[in-house]
Amino acid sequence: MTVPLALLGLLDREPSYGYDLKRAYDTHFGRGKPLPFGQVYATLGRLARDGKVTAGQSEPGDGPDRKRYAITPLGRQEVEGWLAEPVAAEPFLQTVLFTKVVLALLLGHDAQGYLDAQRATHMRRMRELSEIKRGDALVDALLADHALFHLEADLRWIDVTTARLGALAETVRNA
Amino acid sequence: MSDTVDARPGPLLEARSVERSYGRTPALREASLSVRAGEILAIMGPSGSGKSTLLHCLAGIFTPDAGEIWFDGRRLDLLNDARRSELRRTAFGFVFQFGQLVPELTVADNVALPLLLGRVGRRQAYPRAGEMLRRLRLEELGERRTGELSGGQAQRVAIARALVTRPKVIFADEPTGALDSLAGEEVMELLVGLARQEGTTVIVVTHDARVAACADREVVVRDGRVTDPYAGQVLR
Repeated sequence: MTVPLALLGLLDREPSYGYDLKRAYDTHFGRGKPLPFGQVYATLGRLARDGKVTAGQSEPGDGPDRKRYAITPLGRQEVEGWLAEPVAAEPFLQTVLFTKVVLALLLGHDAQGYLDAQRATHMRRMRELSEIKRGDALVDALLADHALFHLEADLRWIDVTTARLGALAETVRNA
Repeated sequence: MSDTVDARPGPLLEARSVERSYGRTPALREASLSVRAGEILAIMGPSGSGKSTLLHCLAGIFTPDAGEIWFDGRRLDLLNDARRSELRRTAFGFVFQFGQLVPELTVADNVALPLLLGRVGRRQAYPRAGEMLRRLRLEELGERRTGELSGGQAQRVAIARALVTRPKVIFADEPTGALDSLAGEEVMELLVGLARQEGTTVIVVTHDARVAACADREVVVRDGRVTDPYAGQVLR
């Protein structure tokens, strides 16, 4: 979802070739999940079609011919609008976790066992993220923090649900 | 069951079917747990679940109503008060939520105190306290009174005091409970980092998942029973 806007933002900094854009994206946002070349060019193609970037003439380089992409005023407007708008604070009322618990109760499965297993999975991931934070890279540490706080919120929900599982089971069966 | 040395290689510390009540209210019900030497274990659970009571039983502060506590091949719960006090002074270190430092003493005095109580001479005790303060990046605060410290600094002093005797086990009860996120994280990383360097076992009671994530594993106490979330079962 954010890849087109991230690429637009990078082009707002300066016009760029597809290869350089991919490298810039991987450096700033990739974090171990590099953007495939195919996705870069497909995204640039859609942005050009929608009038948000322009593609220059093909230029000879060290390898195959390449095009320099530049952002248009429409593209710049989209980046500015996106940056100014807060992300929707989703109520998270219909998460997968919630659905699984309710379904387990409806079907008479072991909802407590599921919550325990989910808790263990969350804690395992939190341990991995804590290990990442022990490295020297500030950006990686802050990204790990972001994930840790979200996992922590899930864990609190798991604990509260565990404490109220009996009441929830009754509510679900009587609904 | 006798209190003789168990020759089998096994856990450093173990609770076996421990029961403990406050009046008629049961706090622990057949709680079992084993901790390996050098392991960092988090005990989690809701308020009133019995996690602090379990910690106090493991540390020999409380005596179980039933069940056994084994430490280093010995029945801890069968020791008399004097021997348990000695064990706590020599083999265990403690970090509590509010540090529990002695306000009339300086930082260096507080850290040297467990050594002095263990009859280590001042000439040895203070250099050892100074070295521990250096490792916790507190060397410049040695002459301050503990009332002048921030919450994070006070907890680092408490960690220095807990580690200075080179204990086999550190028991920490909500060590970051009174700190903000950043200070708490720093305290926990220092505690875990130093414990790993020294090979010290750490048992930390916490309701904070981020603190627990610094440990090697966690168990959950619910209604006085210990659950291993990875095995998905109550430990007996």
